[in-house]
Amino acid sequence: MTKPKQMLSKRIIPCLDVKDGRTVKGVNFVDLRDAGDPVELAAQYAQQGADELVFLDITATHERRKTMIEMVKSVARQLNIPFTIGGGITELADAEALLNAGADKISINSAAVRNPKLIEELAKAFGVQFVVLAVDTKFVDGRNMVHLNGGRLIIELETENWIKQAEDLGAGEILLTSMDHDGTKAGFDCGLLHKINQMINIPIIASGGAGNMEHFTEVFQKANVDAALAASVFHYGEILIPDLKQELNRNQIPVRI
Amino acid sequence: MIGIVNYGAGNIFSLTAALERLNVQYGMVNTESDLEKYSHIIIPGVGHAGTAMEKLKHTGLIDAIKALKKPVLGICVGMQLITEHSEEGDAALLSIVPVKTKKFDKSLNIKIPHMGWNAVNPKNNSLFEGVEDNTQFYFVHSYFIEYNPTFDIASAHYGLKFSAAIQKDNFYGVQFHPEKSGKAGEQILKNFSNLR
Repeated sequence: MTKPKQMLSKRIIPCLDVKDGRTVKGVNFVDLRDAGDPVELAAQYAQQGADELVFLDITATHERRKTMIEMVKSVARQLNIPFTIGGGITELADAEALLNAGADKISINSAAVRNPKLIEELAKAFGVQFVVLAVDTKFVDGRNMVHLNGGRLIIELETENWIKQAEDLGAGEILLTSMDHDGTKAGFDCGLLHKINQMINIPIIASGGAGNMEHFTEVFQKANVDAALAASVFHYGEILIPDLKQELNRNQIPVRI
Repeated sequence: MIGIVNYGAGNIFSLTAALERLNVQYGMVNTESDLEKYSHIIIPGVGHAGTAMEKLKHTGLIDAIKALKKPVLGICVGMQLITEHSEEGDAALLSIVPVKTKKFDKSLNIKIPHMGWNAVNPKNNSLFEGVEDNTQFYFVHSYFIEYNPTFDIASAHYGLKFSAAIQKDNFYGVQFHPEKSGKAGEQILKNFSNLR
């Protein structure tokens, strides 16, 4: 059987963790460092050739919602590529406010675990393309387990089962972060990503473990994921996106240059 | 000046932001007389095509839109609306361009929705002036417009060949999101605003 002609590019996604309107990145989710102004960073990344951006408000609480909306508006005014907003989205009204502020997608995590019907409601109201399910997973006693609250809380829920259920409920994309790899810079969790990718028919974004350009080549070749996300390697200039795109292109991975 | 048909199908913040970055003036079309005020009309749209069509009907603008002689650009679901029919909700649409909107089939061995950057092959058309062959644009959709050589002005591949852009007379449609497609997308919006 010949493979159908398919030219869709693999996406490179810088992730900006945002706290109080500033970008931060945790190493293994603790020890936060300040890495700049999110709007300025976003414009820079678009300029460099990032395909998409993800903003995660890691300390989202109800009173911060307004700050977030203002930030989303500023980003949408400047940015000419798509972006996703995550953190603290617990109900339809949160999502709608972000949509109206110019967000292309929202990512939900804990709220969906606590109330899976939220996925269905969001998909019905705004379309599946708007709903990204973020999953933080860790290998515990021989099983891949879902973790919440930035990885601090383990849930009696197997990652594979949860993702399958979320796809059925209407998630349009999966953002899978391996807690075992996140912050290690030792490479993505290709084995798990490959396994999950085989199970689902929606795009999957690999997250956690990027340390060098070879890791990106590896995750696209071994796990055939649709996108790869990283934070610190981009924020601190350890990997420049134009270089990364050239490297991927040399390795016959379809990218937008 | 561009008039954006304001019928409640999806958010237009990104579109207006893109026009502002390009210094292209715009306003909203809510009534039939608003259509007179602008030289160019954009029909935006995200979400469900059948639902979008119902919302457009509620504006009472359908006959006036179909009668327009000025340049009209449908974006994403707005493009699908100018076709005859969508498999999404088995909906009869505006029938301005005699082509159909169909569902991507899983059997094509593709993920759905078609989400991300994909290469577009434009024909020689003013809307794509200055846009090179194989330039990538940002797509997000689960339904596509069947390729028809008469009305196609730019094609793309995702499991099969489909129309990334169509034209009939003064009516244009693009499946991708020019407001999210970087510089190439901004070129399309600029070109549209310069159409006569």
